[in-house]
Amino acid sequence: MSVDAERPPLSVFDRLEPLLPLVGKPIQYVGGELNSVVKDWSSCDVRWALMYPDAYEVGVPNQGVQILYEVLNERDGVLAERTYAVFPDLEALMRQHGVPQFTVDGHRPVGAFDLLGVSFSTELGYTNLLTALDLAGIPFSASKRDETHPIVVAGGHAAFNPEPIADFIDAAVLGDGEEAVLTVTELVRTWKAEGRPGGRDDLLLRLARSGSVYVPRFYDVDYLPDGRIRRVVPNLPGVPWRVSKHTVSDLDAWPYPRRPVVPLAESIHERASVEIFRGCTRGCRFCQAGMITRPVRERSITGIGEMVENALTVTGFEEVGLLSLSSADHSEIKDVARGLADRYAGTNVSLSLPSTRVDAFNIDLANELTRNGRRSGLTFAPEGGSERIRKVINKMVTEDDLIRTVATAYGNGWRQVKLYFMCGLPTETDDDVLQIARLAREVIRTGREVSGRRDIRCTVSIGGFVPKPHTPFQWSAQLDHEATDARLALLRDAIRADRDYGKAIGFRYHDGKPGIVEGLLSRGDRRVGRVIEAAWRSGGRFDGWSEHFSFDGWMAAADEALADEPVDVDWYTTRERDFSEVLPWDHLDSGLDKDWLWEDWQDSLAEVEVDDCRWTPCFDCGVCPQLGTDIEIGPTGRQLLPVTAITAGAAALGDHSHDR
Amino acid sequence: MAQRQPDREIVPAVQRLRVRYAKRGRLRFASHRDFQRAFERALRRAGVPMAYSAGFSPHPKVSYAGAAPTGAASEAEYLEIGVLAPLDPDAVRAALDAGLPPGLDVVDVVVARSGSLAERLTASIWRIELPGVTPVAAQTPVAEFLGREMVEVQRRTKSGIRTFDARGAVVELSVESSAADGPPCAILHLVVRHQTPAVRPDDVLSALHQVADLVLSAPPQVTRQAQGSLDDSTGAVSDPLAADRGPAGHAAGA
Repeated sequence: MSVDAERPPLSVFDRLEPLLPLVGKPIQYVGGELNSVVKDWSSCDVRWALMYPDAYEVGVPNQGVQILYEVLNERDGVLAERTYAVFPDLEALMRQHGVPQFTVDGHRPVGAFDLLGVSFSTELGYTNLLTALDLAGIPFSASKRDETHPIVVAGGHAAFNPEPIADFIDAAVLGDGEEAVLTVTELVRTWKAEGRPGGRDDLLLRLARSGSVYVPRFYDVDYLPDGRIRRVVPNLPGVPWRVSKHTVSDLDAWPYPRRPVVPLAESIHERASVEIFRGCTRGCRFCQAGMITRPVRERSITGIGEMVENALTVTGFEEVGLLSLSSADHSEIKDVARGLADRYAGTNVSLSLPSTRVDAFNIDLANELTRNGRRSGLTFAPEGGSERIRKVINKMVTEDDLIRTVATAYGNGWRQVKLYFMCGLPTETDDDVLQIARLAREVIRTGREVSGRRDIRCTVSIGGFVPKPHTPFQWSAQLDHEATDARLALLRDAIRADRDYGKAIGFRYHDGKPGIVEGLLSRGDRRVGRVIEAAWRSGGRFDGWSEHFSFDGWMAAADEALADEPVDVDWYTTRERDFSEVLPWDHLDSGLDKDWLWEDWQDSLAEVEVDDCRWTPCFDCGVCPQLGTDIEIGPTGRQLLPVTAITAGAAALGDHSHDR
Repeated sequence: MAQRQPDREIVPAVQRLRVRYAKRGRLRFASHRDFQRAFERALRRAGVPMAYSAGFSPHPKVSYAGAAPTGAASEAEYLEIGVLAPLDPDAVRAALDAGLPPGLDVVDVVVARSGSLAERLTASIWRIELPGVTPVAAQTPVAEFLGREMVEVQRRTKSGIRTFDARGAVVELSVESSAADGPPCAILHLVVRHQTPAVRPDDVLSALHQVADLVLSAPPQVTRQAQGSLDDSTGAVSDPLAADRGPAGHAAGA
């Protein structure tokens, strides 16, 4: 190990600065945000660059990155800085002027860090990873990297099937990152302190053998002549056959972020966020997040109260979002909502509760949280238009529930209701989707009756369903984009054709093409990596952005990259799998029992519903025994007390010049 | 059902505070909207008892004077706030400054006495650094520009390309000698009268390009050094907060 390698890298800001007047929204590249941290390079021995592979405005509010940024920076000798995808205008200038991918905190070159951790909320960030690697001077192929390059670690929900990017990453971490990043940090620290024995391969082997980290290169994938996977096996002794996800217990012990970074640039969420619980056992069969984050772990009511108050104080935001996969399901949500509403009564603080179910109880909550403010819009996600399809997806809500809930909302002064649906669900017919139009008409008819007003509105928002790994629908065929678009057109026409109600119903939809690429990347295997690289080489960037996304580019890339394989895009997307097929992610353990997933898939086809295990007996999904975890829920029976900090600040500013 | 009314009582401001702030270093790339959001967050963090506008989405009462463009630094930006209790301006300055990231700095806060702040801001002094341009090379375009009565330039605005005169508003334009060592960098000293449409430093630079082909090899570094009332006889720009300071100010009570 040479001492030179440890010399602090020069900030690239001097070279970046002259480029900034030439690009859009330059503020996103300068850092210096409130609560951001720049630690001394030389006093740290493990250094992480954390990337959210999308634009700054999308990435900066991401809770995963914010949590890990703090957890790492709080540790002595550990440093973490953030980096985001640069837009094509700056990318071109950086290439022209030889400016590498940089962190926004210290403007240090990403290539100088020990680790590059990338959080993938969605597979559509894969091309942005390649741009960052390329700009950082890191070879795409993990096998071509040496000791001077960072270890590239993938995390986030997409890391539950990292096979399409297996060639580009050195490692993947599944599940909650709080403890896992510290485990990885310690392994890197020890290896460096020992003088990096055995080089990069030895470090990767240490990571793999720890059982905490998946290192793709230590697994060989063989294929059958028809293109299906024959088997996936470890190729070195001591490397585990399966790698499990990480699960943090006791959320109250992890009250992060404590000091959320507050961007100057406008981001997609101009609010602070407090995670009120993690995991979901509603069992919606399409929902990957609900399946891979089990079991449910609640933050206590008092823990929530402290985090909300702290977030308001340290950020200055006016709004706090209470995050979870199904917010109204917190065991003490009623007391949480009332307690917070009481605390902030008479102030301009607003609280929001995204991800609520279709349930009249949620109207009470929403009313409580909007005591001071405006009742503009409420959002519900029935997901499926017909009673039948909702049984298929296990979204347990009847039409009566829905109409009653929406009527209550209009009756309480809410003017606008937004309804989320999916198109292309397993077994779906045209009629299942056309039922959405009937449902929306019924919503408006009831709403007008209950509120006595004609200015109420309902917006139907619908997108194509993409089957995801580790869900009961992992075996199902995805609907092709032509059929998706045809069904969406039928629905649009049905809504518009209605003279009485059509004008009160808004219709928003996402066309089917991006879903096919997402489907390819979600359920792809290692061969899809070549497609990603070809798409990137043909200019693929920011695939989650309609103005940048090129379906034709992706299809051409797939034709080229898969020309010598017995598989194609349809094979990955619109093909139904059977139970015996080895899935690309079978060696990655989300805790869910594969037999249970298959049973649930069969139940789905039989339109049999499964209840929530928080209130009904365990249905043996396998997670708790497999991972040694358990559901952690209240009630704690505690209450929120009023806080006085808000008024204390004002008193300190008072003009006391006449007091004497 | 009747339209819901907010429960909040609308209370009029009892005091107005005038704030001078600076936009420095890398945070000069913040747009005015970015600054506005950051300032409103700083007000909340500091617990400043703000007067709010009426209506369903009340906003704190903040009046911003014409802001420096995105990318331009400034030592002299101004705004005014209305508050619900008499406050100590020095404490407010410190609390607001602490609530903003370094680079957005609250420099001065005074209690408004009389008059309109906006009316006192009739001119700006700008410093324009032109990296790669020697002071000698800048002399000719500047002399040429000053010799004209009118130089029409174009700028893209929200409503399309607009053509206007960049010369009439310029009170003073001179080339300062750059530092002896280091790469060449002409420094322009510009005093410009506020008018509609506003003549900004980049308009003057495009005018210099137009009259004598001044070409920049690197982006200019622009800093607003002062804003205030223009003395037409001397060309001096006075401190716009001076009239709010002095013997009768808050300091008298201490």
